[in-house]
Formats: sequence, C-alpha cells, structure tokens
Amino acid sequence: MLSYVFRRLLVGLSVMLTVAVISFMLLHLSGDLATAIAGPESSAADVEKVRVQYGLDRPMITQFTDWLGSAVRLDFGRSFYFQNTVMELVGERLPVTLKLGGVALLLAVIVAIPLGVLAAIYRDSWVDRLSLLVAVVGQAMPNFWFALSLILLFAVGLKWLPVAGNTSWQHFILPAVALGYYAMPSLMRLTRAGMLDVLGSDYIRTARAKGLSPARVVFKHALRNAIIPVMALAAVELGFMLGGSVVIESVYSLQGLGQLAWDSISRNDYPVVQAVVLIIAVFYIGLTFVADVLNAALDPRMRTR
Amino acid sequence: MSSTSLSLPLPSVPAWRRGLRRSLGHRGLVIGSVILALIALAALFAPWLAPHDPYAQEVTQRLIPPAWYAKGSWEHLLGTDKLGRDYLSRLLFGARVSLFIGLATALISGLIGTTMGVLAGYYGGRVDAVVSYIVTTRLAMPVVLVALATASLVGGSLKVVIVLLGVLLWDRFAIVTRSATQQLRDAEFIAAAKSLGASTPYILLRELLPNLMSALTVVATLEMAHAILLEATLSFLGLGVQPPTPSWGLMVAEGKAYMFFQPWVIVIPGVVLAVLVLGINLVGDGLRDVSAPDGRN
Repeated sequence: MLSYVFRRLLVGLSVMLTVAVISFMLLHLSGDLATAIAGPESSAADVEKVRVQYGLDRPMITQFTDWLGSAVRLDFGRSFYFQNTVMELVGERLPVTLKLGGVALLLAVIVAIPLGVLAAIYRDSWVDRLSLLVAVVGQAMPNFWFALSLILLFAVGLKWLPVAGNTSWQHFILPAVALGYYAMPSLMRLTRAGMLDVLGSDYIRTARAKGLSPARVVFKHALRNAIIPVMALAAVELGFMLGGSVVIESVYSLQGLGQLAWDSISRNDYPVVQAVVLIIAVFYIGLTFVADVLNAALDPRMRTR
Repeated sequence: MSSTSLSLPLPSVPAWRRGLRRSLGHRGLVIGSVILALIALAALFAPWLAPHDPYAQEVTQRLIPPAWYAKGSWEHLLGTDKLGRDYLSRLLFGARVSLFIGLATALISGLIGTTMGVLAGYYGGRVDAVVSYIVTTRLAMPVVLVALATASLVGGSLKVVIVLLGVLLWDRFAIVTRSATQQLRDAEFIAAAKSLGASTPYILLRELLPNLMSALTVVATLEMAHAILLEATLSFLGLGVQPPTPSWGLMVAEGKAYMFFQPWVIVIPGVVLAVLVLGINLVGDGLRDVSAPDGRN
C-alpha cells in the first residue's frame, strides 16, 4: 500500500510539471503576448518596449525555467495589470472558490446519496425513475443557462435570494446549487450501482438471514461498502467543479478564482492566467490522489495497477 | 465472451432486425432519436423553414415577444432579439452551428482518442504507460479555462472552437477504446489473423476497429453532447462563435441584459439547447443498453 501511495505521488508530481509546461507553452505559442498586452493599435516601438519590460524578449526556455523556479516557491511573479503579486490576488480569491466548491459538493452529496440508495432499494419504482429523470435533465442543461434560470426564478421572481455578489452566505446558495447539480447525477448513479451490487452479495443475505432489521442492513452493512467509491468520485468531482466554476462565478459576479482568471484573460494578464490554471490543476491532481488512495484502501486489486 | 457461454438458440431472424426490434423497445432510445432527427431536419432545411433572414435587422421590430404573448405577433412566431432579428430563424440556423460543432469535434477527438486507446490497449507495457500518463495530464487541465485562454489569444471563431474542443475532449475515447482493446487483444480472431501473417495495421484497422464500433458510437454521442454544451458556454462568455453567427449560447448571452423583463429571450435558446443535448444523451445511453450482450442491462 505504501509503495502504491508513493508511486501515485510521483505520478501526480510529474503530471503537475507537465501541466505547467503545457500551460506555459500554450500561452506563449498561441499568440504574441507583447502585442496582446500593448494593444492592437500600438506602434512597433511600443510593442518592443513592452516585450523588454515584461522580459518577453528572453529565450523561451529561460522564461520558462525562471517562471517554474519561482512557481515551486509559490511565487508567480507580478500581475501585468495590478501592482499586486499574483499570489496576493490568488490568496484573496481562492477562499471564495473553495467555499463555492465545498458547498456545491456538499449539496450534491446530500441529494445524490439518499436518492441513489432509495433508487437501489426500490429498483424500477417511481423513485428510481424520478432519480434517473433528475440525472438526465441535469446532464442536459447548459450550466450558465441553469444559473441564469435560477436567478430569474428565485431572485427576481420569488425574491428569496440575492441576484449576485458575495457579501453574505445567502449569495452562495444559488451558485452552489447551479454548480452542484452537475456533479450530482454521476454521484447518484454510482451510489445506485454500488448499492445494487452490494445488496445482491452473500454477506448481505447473511446479515438479513441473521434477522437484522432492514435499516440496519442497509446503513450499517451495505452503505458502508458502497460509499467509499462515491466519496472517491466526489473528490474528483470537486476538482472538476473548481475548474468549471469560472462560468458560474461570471454569472453570479462571485469574486472567486474563476472570475479572476476570466478577468485576467480579457485583460491579457498572463502571469495570473498561468498561475490559476496551474493551481486548479494542482487541486485536481491532489483530489484524484485522495480518490485513488481511497479506492486502493478499499480494494487491494487496485494497488497493482 | 458470448462464444463460450451457453445460451438459448437464437431465433432465426437476421441480426439487424433483432437489433432494430430491441432498439424500438427501448423508450429512451426512441425518444432521443426522434428529438435528434427533428433537430437535424430543422438544421438541414433551415433556409427553407426559416420565415425570415436570420441576419436581417429591423430597428422598428426590436424585442417583440413570441406570438403567445399579448404583444406578440404571428409575423415573428418566437419574437425578435434586441436587433430586431427573427428569433425562430436564428434558432433554426443555430441548430446548424451546434450540430456541426458537435459532429466535427467528435470526429477530431475520436480520431485522436481512438488512436491512443487502441495503441495503448494493443501494445500494453510502455506504450500503455505513456498513453495513460497523457490521459491523466489532459484530465488535470481545466478544459473551460484552457479553452478560454487560448481562444482569447487566437481570437474566437467557429474553426478555433472546433479545433480546441477536438484537441481537448479525446480523453473518454482513449479510456474506452483502451479497455475494449485490452479485452479483445487475446481473442481468437486476432490470433487467427496474426497466424495468417496479417500486418499489425491490418489487424488494428480491419479486425479490431470494427469490433470497437458500438463502444465508439456511444462515446461519440456523449462527447458530441459535451462539445455542444462547451461551445455554448464559450460563446456565452464571448470567446466562442462570434456575432452575428446565430449560436444558441450566443443568443443566451445577447439576451442576458434583457432577461429580467423579457425572460423568454434566454428561456427559448436555453430550452432548445437542453432538448438537443437531452436527445443526444438519450441516444447514447440507449445505444449502450441495446448493444450490451443479451440479457444484460
């Protein structure tokens, strides 16, 4: 188990490095940064000045090693747009996104697990059908549109919740629902499949034969085994949500990491964009690592992979 | 798999008819196919079906509500947008954009992902390790952010969206074809082809690939739905398809400023988008159920 964890850790670290290389290359090769920063109307001399000022005239490889060398010390340089360092900007915004992602995941899990359990126990009943419908509809709606519809319904129509911003906890409800709905279907389906699997197994039959109450069988024996893969998937989903929160944050004007990235993209503030892409990737890698370890702890066969 | 298991003698109807019968018995597949067919027809015949020119602006006819509203008119069945363009006509032409992007992206990503998955599954060992590593890396990159950042530098357009999504969405193709190939690698028909002296490309393309087709179709439909949603997202954020091209995501973005007083401007394109994606997903899920071996679900 320990060697498995160690191997995974190594893979995770090298994936981080690769993501860093790719995001650096992508931004430096898909256009001329100096022209983008100086603006389309500026003269060639101005572009040259920008190039020198931001150190973009140095060889690509030097730029990369300098950037990476500081990045491992969590120093992503200075923003092109603000006077602050990138880390200051990120530090200000990261808590908002983490809070959004955390609440969204919590909501998704709270809905997905009971629904998945019920769907498995009452297979092919109306609960099962309803949960399938909720999942299928959830996967079909574009998330920016679902987010706007929630505003129309709950903020404008019913006036229960604020439209946008992030000054109070009420501001996080709609964005978290909008973001969490996309993680919910897969969590629910996995809970259902896992429960069906477990409920059909021999040890559950034994537990039932011993005369244990149905509730005890379901919660104490079945759910306990079915839930670990669900938790592992939840970790991965959280990673996806942090990456996807840019859309939700822009709809609700939440000043999180996604919004920072989005604003920085439109301001050609590339040190910030690069840092955010890398930070989100690091979160994702860390969370999938947790998921892998969880699954491996449950199922020793996974460790040999 | 099925060759070794004991099964009831199959009825003597041809395989395609059995498949068709089973497909028609799958409610989700039927509903999904009907939705998809209707939207595909609407896209195909958009120039003949559209009551107006989707690009024609009419300053005096701005933001007319759909016909069922008191202020609506039958002239513009689904109303007009902020520039006075006919909403129904724009929706019909927008179907072309969505379907084209879905198909083109699925084609590019399918090509990339299948190549990687087949090679990894067939050769195993080091090739497999490299491909798995590339897939892991790809999954760690936040798709929306990377697409936005790149599109902003290159400049958003239909072509850019297709290439970007094609290059970003191949992971599921690779994962599915890899495990399917692993299962088939040691099958008897592959061994037979090898012993007859067939070349590796021949084995991969002519023997293996046809057997992956049903799995590939399922992934392709799901990836198509994924691409359509992402195009809408990019266009909504202003870095996808550029105006005045009618894209459903762009229509929601353009209507956003008016949604508080005229909710239908975002409701209509959003619902159509969701219905299309729902249709494609139903077809994908249905095909997966139907193509599963007999008696499995």
